Amino acid sequence: MAKISHKDVLKIASLSRISLSPEEVTQYADEISEILTFVEQLQSIDTTNIRPTYQVNNLQSVMRADEVKGYSANGIELLKNAPDQAANHFKVKKVL
Amino acid sequence: MPSKKTFWPDIETIVAAVQNGSRTASANIEQSLAQIDATKEHNAVIEVLAETARAKAAEVDLKVSKGEKVGRLAGVPFIAKDNFLTFDSDTTAASSILKGYRAPYQATAIERLEAEGAILVAKANLDSFAHGSSTENSDFGVTLHPTDKKRVPGGSSGGSGAAVALELAPFALGTDTGGSIRLPASFCGVVGLKPTYGLVSRSGVVAMASSTDVIGPLANSVDDAALILDVMSGRDGYDSTTIERDSLPYTQLDTSMKGLKVGVVKEYLADGLEPDIKAKTMQTIDRMREAGAEIIDVSMPSLPLSLACYYIIMPAEVSSNLSRYDGQRYGYSSTEAKNLTESYELSRSKGFNKEVKRRILIGTYVLSSGYYDAYYKKAAALRTMLLSEFAQAFEKVDVLVGPTAPMTAFKIGENTTDPLKMYLADIMTVAANLVGVPAISIPVGHDGNNLSIGFQIMAPQTKDRMLLSVAKNVVEGVKV
Repeated sequence: MAKISHKDVLKIASLSRISLSPEEVTQYADEISEILTFVEQLQSIDTTNIRPTYQVNNLQSVMRADEVKGYSANGIELLKNAPDQAANHFKVKKVL
Repeated sequence: MPSKKTFWPDIETIVAAVQNGSRTASANIEQSLAQIDATKEHNAVIEVLAETARAKAAEVDLKVSKGEKVGRLAGVPFIAKDNFLTFDSDTTAASSILKGYRAPYQATAIERLEAEGAILVAKANLDSFAHGSSTENSDFGVTLHPTDKKRVPGGSSGGSGAAVALELAPFALGTDTGGSIRLPASFCGVVGLKPTYGLVSRSGVVAMASSTDVIGPLANSVDDAALILDVMSGRDGYDSTTIERDSLPYTQLDTSMKGLKVGVVKEYLADGLEPDIKAKTMQTIDRMREAGAEIIDVSMPSLPLSLACYYIIMPAEVSSNLSRYDGQRYGYSSTEAKNLTESYELSRSKGFNKEVKRRILIGTYVLSSGYYDAYYKKAAALRTMLLSEFAQAFEKVDVLVGPTAPMTAFKIGENTTDPLKMYLADIMTVAANLVGVPAISIPVGHDGNNLSIGFQIMAPQTKDRMLLSVAKNVVEGVKV
């Protein structure tokens, strides 16, 4: 049985800012269901009182002086990769 | 068994020849470029940097002729996976969304290699954004296996693995998030090193899953891999996850196996393993025993769950890391969009391929409200259990061993219709990433189809030098 419906796929696609064709929605619903079924084997394990791990080398965040470090590109160079630009700024479509 | 002979001698010899003037850096670059040209149909590389490589070689040769000091890697050609940001080429991560992208800064790993005189000659193919186990997910076409063109070279650093096996350069760089250096090393019959998490800076490398991503070399020998690690490793102000390197050089390797405690991971030798792989693995373990190592059976009950754990944590982090590709500041941007949201959606839909989108969708799902605890938090707890089982195992043994992969190089197209089947290629490699330990794949022979078999060794975090020592002994026929 499918773990996730077409509606679920459309919802996560929208959250991910990805548009999908109806064929893709069907395919991803099937494939992601299969993958979720596989990963659900973890549900058989009792993890009560086990703290989660998100990072494995126990490093602490460190502070450094707020100094400008040498950087090979300036703002104008960064704009070279921009799909669209105007007056040395990134140009984007209308927001509203 | 003897280490693989290629027309590239070991890196130390290459450098010595450049330094003493008996062979020019330019000759090395020409050899590399000629070999790239001769093996084009394998599609191991995406872009060749002929002109800049020639110019850099000429600089090295000029220095040598003037008697000036040159670096530890002077005149050594190398190839970087195309998810490393480099000045002299595009950086695409083999994705359409980054076609034509010019990096405004270089990866720290590249900077450190270049500072020692290494010369980048080409960018290697990969599964788009390093998402895959075969390079079949590349938007630049599949890379063909070095000895059997009907098969895959493994992935995601498949171009790097094929490049070393095809002798395009003496070494290549890869990235390993769940096995992406070790699997192609295993399939292509070369050495592939995944260092301790944090030992090599990831600044300037396209992020996949930040809690497991590492950078490492693919090379012809353990000594060569150790030398490259020695040059690249250590703290970097541009990557806050980097750790201190070993005070001794990683090239200083112990040559004895006497008294070494070797843990054989029971779960990696379970039913279903190809008989040839099992036989070569056991044969290698026997030789370690004969050389004086103590062989101890080790069981880690949570290990069979590591793949499920990985395929929750990795896509979760992927979905977050890949949100930056929005078609506004760089990369492919749809021209059909009418407003900003549509621009994001159309750019990402067209720019990302099927597998990349699949992983973003899964990651978004397991992080979404209502499912976070059941999937992501559960996987994070399993990760704690794995860490504790590895810690317990390493109280009893120095290293853990087993096969690198449950199969040898598979046929192109064999696993593409079922994504889950493809994911199973990573079943023996993902645990090292989840717990951050160093691991290496070394070639230990061939199966009935003459395809390479890899042997994996894992060591505790920061014990990279010991890992390399053991690997070197195994490759060289287990010297006592």
